[in-house]
Order: sequence, then C-alpha cells, then structure tokens
Amino acid sequence: MSDKKNIIICRCNEVTQEEIEALIDQGVTDIEMIKRLLRIGMGPCQGRTCLPMVISILARKTGKRPDEITLPATRIPVRPVPAGVLVGEMESDGNEE
Amino acid sequence: MKSRAEVVIIGGGVIGLSIAYHLGKLGVEDVVVLEKKYIGSGSTFRCASGIRAQFTDEANIKLQKYNIERWKRLSDELEHDINFKQSGYLFLATSEEEVEVFKKNIKLQNRLGVPTRLIGMDEAKEIVPPLNTEPFLAGAWNPEDGKASPFHVVYGFAKKAKEFGVEICEYTPAVDILVEKDEIKGVKTEKGIIKTGIVINAANAWAPIINEMAGLKRDFIPIKPYKHQLVKTEPIAEGQIEPLTCPPAWNDSYVIQDGEDGGVICGTGLEKLTHLDDVQPTYDFMREVLKWATKIIPALKYVHVVRQWAGFYAKTPDSNPAIGRIQYVDELYIAAGFSGHGFMMAPGVGEAIAELIVKGKSKVPLDWDWYDPHRFERGELRSAAFQIG
Ligand SMILES: Cc1cc2nc3c(=O)[nH]c(=O)nc-3n(C[C@H](O)[C@H](O)[C@H](O)COP(=O)(O)OP(=O)(O)OC[C@H]3O[C@@H](n4cnc5c(N)ncnc54)[C@H](O)[C@@H]3O)c2cc1C
Repeated sequence: MSDKKNIIICRCNEVTQEEIEALIDQGVTDIEMIKRLLRIGMGPCQGRTCLPMVISILARKTGKRPDEITLPATRIPVRPVPAGVLVGEMESDGNEE
Repeated sequence: MKSRAEVVIIGGGVIGLSIAYHLGKLGVEDVVVLEKKYIGSGSTFRCASGIRAQFTDEANIKLQKYNIERWKRLSDELEHDINFKQSGYLFLATSEEEVEVFKKNIKLQNRLGVPTRLIGMDEAKEIVPPLNTEPFLAGAWNPEDGKASPFHVVYGFAKKAKEFGVEICEYTPAVDILVEKDEIKGVKTEKGIIKTGIVINAANAWAPIINEMAGLKRDFIPIKPYKHQLVKTEPIAEGQIEPLTCPPAWNDSYVIQDGEDGGVICGTGLEKLTHLDDVQPTYDFMREVLKWATKIIPALKYVHVVRQWAGFYAKTPDSNPAIGRIQYVDELYIAAGFSGHGFMMAPGVGEAIAELIVKGKSKVPLDWDWYDPHRFERGELRSAAFQIG
C-alpha cells in the first residue's frame, strides 16, 4: 500500500494511485466523476499523461474492458498558451499556428 | 431500476439532485432520479461556480439571501466538503449613470438585509490586487457572496440522497410520461417503465421536451438553450482574484479564481441561441473573453490558458426560472429555466419544491408568484433577472 501512496498518476495536480483506488472503492466508478473529484486531466496536460492510466486502473478494479471506458473530452487549446498571445498582443513562444 | 416510485425526478443536475436530497431528508421513500448521461453533465459541471445575493429585484434577493445561509451550512449538512467560500462579488461601474444604478440596487439589497457597499478603487485594489482600477469609478461589493465547487456539490447531494434511499439512474433517459385524464401514471425510460404519480421536471435546457412528453405544448414554458462558454487559466497564487469581478458594461465579462485549484475562470456575454447538442467551444469566444479579461486584469496576459468549454443558459423570456406546480397535469412540477444563476439557487429551490410536494407549502422565502410557470402563457413577464455568473 505504501507504494501506491507514492505513485503519482496525475502529475499536474499530484494525484496518487492510492487516492484513485480509494474513490473507486467508495463506489465512484464513472471516469467523468473521478476526473472531477480528483481534478485528474484538468491541469496543463489536459489528461494526455494520466487519463490512459486512470482507465487501466478503473478497468482492473471494475472488471471492465479498457475499451468500454470512454475518454472524457479533451479541451482546447491543444497546449497552454499565454492569454496575451491569444489576444494578439504578445508573440507566441513556439512556431505552431 | 425500480419499477415503481413515489416521485420521479427527470434531470440529474444540481437542481434535480437538490430536490432529491431534500425529498429524502423529509422522509419521502422511493424517489428516483433519471439522468440521461452522468450526473452534472448538463449545465451544472460547466458553470463558473459563483454564488451571490446581488440581484436587482426583491424576489431574487430574498431567495438568494436565504440561499447563502444554506450554502454556509451545506458542507456540514452533506458531510462532504463542497468548498464554499465567501470570497465576494465585486461589480465595477464605468460611468456616473452606472454608479447611480449601483446605488439604487445597493439600497434595495440593504433593505432586504444584504450587506452590499459602494466602494472606491483603493479598497477594490486591496480586494483584487492585480485589478486595473483606471477605467472604474466605483464598485458594488458584497463580501458575503461567494463560490463553491459544482463537482463536490453534485457529488455531496447525490451521496446523501442515496443514503436516504433515493435511487439515481445515470445513462437512463426518460422517453415519455404516461398521463391518463390529466393524471400521471408513470415515466417511460429506455430501461423500462417506472410507475409513479409525481414527476418533477428538472431538465433545465431540455425541460420543454419533458413538458411535451407530459402532453403540454413544447413552448408552454419557452426555455431556449443559449451557448455560454468559459476559459480557464493555469493556477495563480491564492488570493489574487478571489471574488467574482465584473464590469457589467464590458459585455458582462467577469473573472473569478477557482476555489479549488486557483486557476482563473473567465467569462463574457458572448452568447448564441443554439441547439441542444452544440457544446463546441469556439475561437471567437476565446479571443473575445480574453480581450476583456486582460483589460480587467492586465497581468493575465502572462498567464497560460489551459482549457475552454461550453454549456447552456436555459433562458426564459425574462431570464427568471419557472418554479412550481404545473396546473394542467396533476402532480407535475417544474424547476427549470435557469440561466447564469441555477447553481447558486439550488439549495433553496430544492428545499422549496420538496416542501411544496410534502407539506403543500414551504418555509423557504421563495415567491411562487414571481416564478410562476404559467406567467408566460398569460404574457406576463417579470423584470429581467440579473444573469451574471
Ligand atoms: C458557462 C456557464 C457559466 C455559469 N456560471 C454560473 C455561476 O457562476 N453561478 C450559477 O449559479 N450558475 C451558473 N451557470 C448556470 C448553471 O450552470 C445552471 O443554471 C445550473 O447548472 C442548472 O442546473 P440544472 O440542474 O437545472 O440543469 P442541468 O445541470 O443542465 O441538469 C439538467 C439535466 O437533465 C438531464 N436530462 C435532459 N433530458 C433528460 C431526459 N430526457 N432524461 C433524463 N435526463 C435528462 C441533462 O442531461 C442534465 O444533466 C452557468 C452556466 C454556464 C453554461
């Protein structure tokens, strides 16, 4: 158990495997609710790193197939952008348009 | 899913779940909530989390003064931390005429016991340190307004409701309401029929479809879905933009710091009448909202935007909800038509409807005439409810 305390699944919001499993054990098995109660996938990476791992934890604990669990919506922008760039007052630091 | 229930609530947003919780608390056994997707998936999980008593008419101010008392106790009551914070609402005036309007509203609010004050820009700067005070003449400040987590509120109501025996059926759309001689006999769902005599329409933007299922005209209560969007930034240091800060003259734009993670939520009044599955975020919104947000707080230019989403204001012609009993079908109730204020009203509205059903009246100071669902067919409108956040 002590291990799971140290395994960070969501790096943006520092959510551990233990926290996710505890919530599932309490009966919260919908990924949309898990996401919102623990703020998984709502940080700068928008879930690109953590959500697949959450799905595999959820599949293992509920006996579902991973492909039965749909990914929550990914939000725009694709990567974090300074507000000043979006209003056209600052240069972008990258070369994507 | 049960095949028989005393009450069926259609819609698992904050309003439907608040009603379910309060019915359970009053000892009504056998309540079923039907939600077509997951709970909160309608407007509720898309809201800006703001809670205020700064309205401009007596009915809404009285209800909201009461609601703020409810919000204060809600974490204890639900035995779940809903993250309620009285971080205030700060409205900002850009003209002398607007200052006069603020003064008039403040007088009404004060008379009804809401402690809003007119403040100068020095004090505004203390409350919101990075504020650009230059364009503003005065602020209307109520420190008792605030915010709470929509996610935890929905979870808290649902968890407690279940403890009282309420059954919450997610991914279970209601498809028809069975009515015989103006009496409700049951609700048909995609998973079977639930026999019941009492139905509550808490489907907000979808409420006209539910009314039609009960045999009413779809536009009997003319609720229309308007797409509203929000943009959220990465977290900034706590205490920078804690209150909801809004110069109404700037297209109803506002900024508020998320009480949980410290990201800044930015909204603006760029709205669009749309259809019920259009929650696609748009770049014109992103540009418009940030234009205003960076005028209110110039330092936001250097803060990263991380996400944008859309949801519905379920607007009636006077922007006030329809709350109460529908006279044409026995035991059909409605609490729908909430635009930017349904989240903040949920505790008291749920309590009032539950008491109306169980006791025939309610101690909640909710003016039933004001919110009368039949006012539209009489061509009678209220003064427009203030909609911001
Ligand atoms: C961008 C934005 C910002 C906002 N900011 C604020 C704010 O700061 N403060 C505030 O107080 N309010 C705010 N609001 C408004 C607030 O979100 C809503 O008024 C409130 O959530 C309404 O709750 P509800 O339960 O009535 O509706 P919803 O949450 O929409 O719930 C209705 C539910 O009914 C379900 N449903 C529909 N049809 C069926 C069917 N046939 N069978 C079963 N279920 C069905 C839907 O799936 C939905 O979940 C905001 C809204 C938006 C869009």
